[in-house]
Amino acid sequence: MSDDQDDIILADLDDEELVQQMFDDLYDGLKEEIEESVNILLARGWQPYEILTEALVAGMTIVGKDFRDGILFVPEVLLAANAMKGGMAILKPLLVETGAPKQGKMVIGTVKGDIHDIGKNLVGMMMEGAGFEVIDLGINNAVDSYLDALEAEKPDILGMSALLTTTMPYMKVVIDTLIEKGMRDDYIVLVGGAPLNEEFGRAIGADAYCRDAAVAVETAKTYVARKHNQAAMRA
Amino acid sequence: MDLPDDDHLTCEGLDLSAPPAPTERLLLIACGALAREILDLIARNGWSHMDLTCLPAILHNHPDRIPEAVEQAVLKHRPTHPHIFVVYADCGTGGRLRATCDRLGVAMVEGPHCYSFFEGNARFAATSEDEFTAFYLTDFLVRQFDAFVWEPLGLDRHPQLRDTYFGHYTKLVYQAQTDDPALTTKAQDCAARLGLAFERRFTGYGDLETALTDA
Repeated sequence: MSDDQDDIILADLDDEELVQQMFDDLYDGLKEEIEESVNILLARGWQPYEILTEALVAGMTIVGKDFRDGILFVPEVLLAANAMKGGMAILKPLLVETGAPKQGKMVIGTVKGDIHDIGKNLVGMMMEGAGFEVIDLGINNAVDSYLDALEAEKPDILGMSALLTTTMPYMKVVIDTLIEKGMRDDYIVLVGGAPLNEEFGRAIGADAYCRDAAVAVETAKTYVARKHNQAAMRA
Repeated sequence: MDLPDDDHLTCEGLDLSAPPAPTERLLLIACGALAREILDLIARNGWSHMDLTCLPAILHNHPDRIPEAVEQAVLKHRPTHPHIFVVYADCGTGGRLRATCDRLGVAMVEGPHCYSFFEGNARFAATSEDEFTAFYLTDFLVRQFDAFVWEPLGLDRHPQLRDTYFGHYTKLVYQAQTDDPALTTKAQDCAARLGLAFERRFTGYGDLETALTDA
């Protein structure tokens, strides 16, 4: 996005310019620049939550849109995500200290027999950026792994990911087990992965199929708000 | 007949299907990555009743585009070839290619992808629980490794991403359709570039031959 990176002294930029520059640096996957900018904003008295939402999440939203529109591709998104991760690593402990607003909690993992986690990791990162607590189970998760985490963590959302046509049916195994155990309605179940679609999500009994990380965040927010409203009506 | 080079098969595909008038001949609509193997099988078995058209092999990297591309090819060729067989497996379409073929009334190859039918679908399924950390390459994909793996994943520009993509894989399995020492050497080099252990496994054409025999 910017060709004159070497000429820019980040500390010389005012807040608005610096945030714009962070959008550019995220777009270009410049992790060190993002880390430096986060530290500059902190030193200027910005709250960690403001930096997270107004600079990092807003910048990644641009990346996500351009990915969806075919302007950016997977390698560039991964570099951007890596840069955001650098900024998040600085902010995370501070967010805990300062008590940022919590949207809810999610347990997420790639299903049994599948080692692909790029999409899952992007979803986890964007969910964290949106204020969700994310428990990442990693790859190759059998039913018991999901069940144990649900019992232990009591999340609002279960997220499952698969990249392969051969592994995506396992999501139904997990959901069917939740039904058998009478646990299905305790969780919002979101699914995603390249070979999936809305029809598949409906067919296996998920609440929603999420085609990308941005959609996952919006869907999660919508369902959590609905869940809270329903709980309030029952109370 | 001269087969076009792999770059042509990757981007353009192949069309050997143009009879002047409707014919009872069987048209194979295939992935460009299978062109050599199919033409070899046709020649070996004397299947003179078959014509072949191939879609660009690079669709392998965009499974979401395969069902529509196959549908367009079926609709284009049906006026001259009422008998069509689709030489694709599911190929990452999540069942959408099967649904498309069913709707169009054409048959296709069984199995999840070419790695499976080259190895034999039954064997591949039986070993899948132990082998899901394997990254597979066929003859074609070894020859076209840069075009299908290295460059689309941006590893030519951002080699630091290698372990983000391949960190959970443990080995590269070269499923050899032919005995070609030069290809084996190239496949070994692919494994080294990805930081993976190497295994060569001769598969021949596996279930592809059976599928075409029954087509």
